[in-house]
Amino acid sequence: MVMMVTEVAAVNKQQVSTASAQSKILVDDLNLFYGEKQALFNVSLDIKEKEVTALIGPSGCGKSTFLRTLNRMNDLIDGVRVSGNITIDGEDIYASNDVIKLRTKVGMVFQKSNLFPMSIYDNVAYGPRMQGIKNRKVLDALVEESLRGAAIWDEVKDRLKTSALGLSGGQQQRICIARTIAMKPDVILMDEPTSALDPISTLKVEELITQMKKDYTIVIVTHNMQQAARISDKTAFFLNGEVVEYDDTNVIFSTPKDQRTEDYVTGRFG
Amino acid sequence: MIRENFEKNMLELQNKMGEMVEATVVAMEKAFTALEKQDMTIALAVIEEDADIDALENEINQMATWLMAKEQPVSRDLRRILSMIKMSAEIERVADFAVNISKSTIKIGKTDSLLPLTSLVQMKDISMDMLKKALKSFVEEDIVLAKEVCDLDDRVDEKNYQNYKALIDSIQQHPEQAEEIVQLLFINRFVERTADHITNMAESTAYFIKGELFDLN
Repeated sequence: MVMMVTEVAAVNKQQVSTASAQSKILVDDLNLFYGEKQALFNVSLDIKEKEVTALIGPSGCGKSTFLRTLNRMNDLIDGVRVSGNITIDGEDIYASNDVIKLRTKVGMVFQKSNLFPMSIYDNVAYGPRMQGIKNRKVLDALVEESLRGAAIWDEVKDRLKTSALGLSGGQQQRICIARTIAMKPDVILMDEPTSALDPISTLKVEELITQMKKDYTIVIVTHNMQQAARISDKTAFFLNGEVVEYDDTNVIFSTPKDQRTEDYVTGRFG
Repeated sequence: MIRENFEKNMLELQNKMGEMVEATVVAMEKAFTALEKQDMTIALAVIEEDADIDALENEINQMATWLMAKEQPVSRDLRRILSMIKMSAEIERVADFAVNISKSTIKIGKTDSLLPLTSLVQMKDISMDMLKKALKSFVEEDIVLAKEVCDLDDRVDEKNYQNYKALIDSIQQHPEQAEEIVQLLFINRFVERTADHITNMAESTAYFIKGELFDLN
């Protein structure tokens, strides 16, 4: 088939645009108040699709609060007020009151694994069942796919019916990740997902995060700066509720532009 | 201060580099004293004492490796350590040139007709001035001084070219002294290379301070 010059140009343009990272989450001038106390100040971030974005900063700097605004977890706290704009795929997430739909799209993994006291299989199948999936074969396939996606299938495939609480801390955290994946989210938020894990389990989860970014947009809060340096593409440094600096991770950890970032990443304060 | 111990270790590393520079300046001065006085004992001493400078470089490398492993430095701290590793390698090369000059001195041996060495000595003086300034610019994080080091290299290059021409003329006029003059040509080259390595040190300093790679000369 002969292509016209204009068609070739259009195809080339398309290839270029798919090669560069697209914006997934756009945060514009976000302010958050706990009653009278302001916790976030004019936060604006452009979070790219299928990249890992790390949020770092000292305790109380607002990074977890910010993370929770992305799936509206702060709505559960009394007296929280938010101004500004957050869009995911161009859709304002505060415009609709359907937070269930939002949290299906934006999954979350917490610091400590919060598995239900049920079998490994039932933990992973819980979300899909809640959504009304009852077909055994569909559920089986989804559970296997999710456990494989969380790099733990080989370790648990012969004990799917045993209690998830009998697993090690690192395994439990990966089951939490599998449970999140089972909901087929676009975005996965992680709030210090390895801080309760031993070094080897930490490395396994880090490896998993690196693999997962081909399918998901991941935003992770971490106190471990080496972890942020190892696994993230972009890093935002929060301080006193503001974003001091947001750039490619290698810039943040090699030649940060702001002295406060420099002082924090080199361990001079925080 | 947070990371007081780390700061102390970094300072130790820097002091070791200072020690290396000091020993290298002494080696180069002795190499030229040996050349000017045709003193084989001093020339041999320079060759022997080079092992001490090599040992210092080794210590710096080991210490820097251990610091990187245990402290996992980033940003400015990382650039500071990396620069010190690179700079110590450059200083070690400069010390090797002092050894090379001493070897040339031994090859020239005792002679009644040694050509005037003034210009070579001047070249050496500029180079050693560069070396001290390269260290100072790193310690004091002075980018202007680092740039000055690189500018001084132009003067060394100029002298190198003049010496080269003069020595080639001498070979033509005194072919019977060819062996001695060839050694002087080597020495001319060694000093010129010395200044190049010191220029690299200043570029490492600029990288440490600014976080960008510079070609300052």
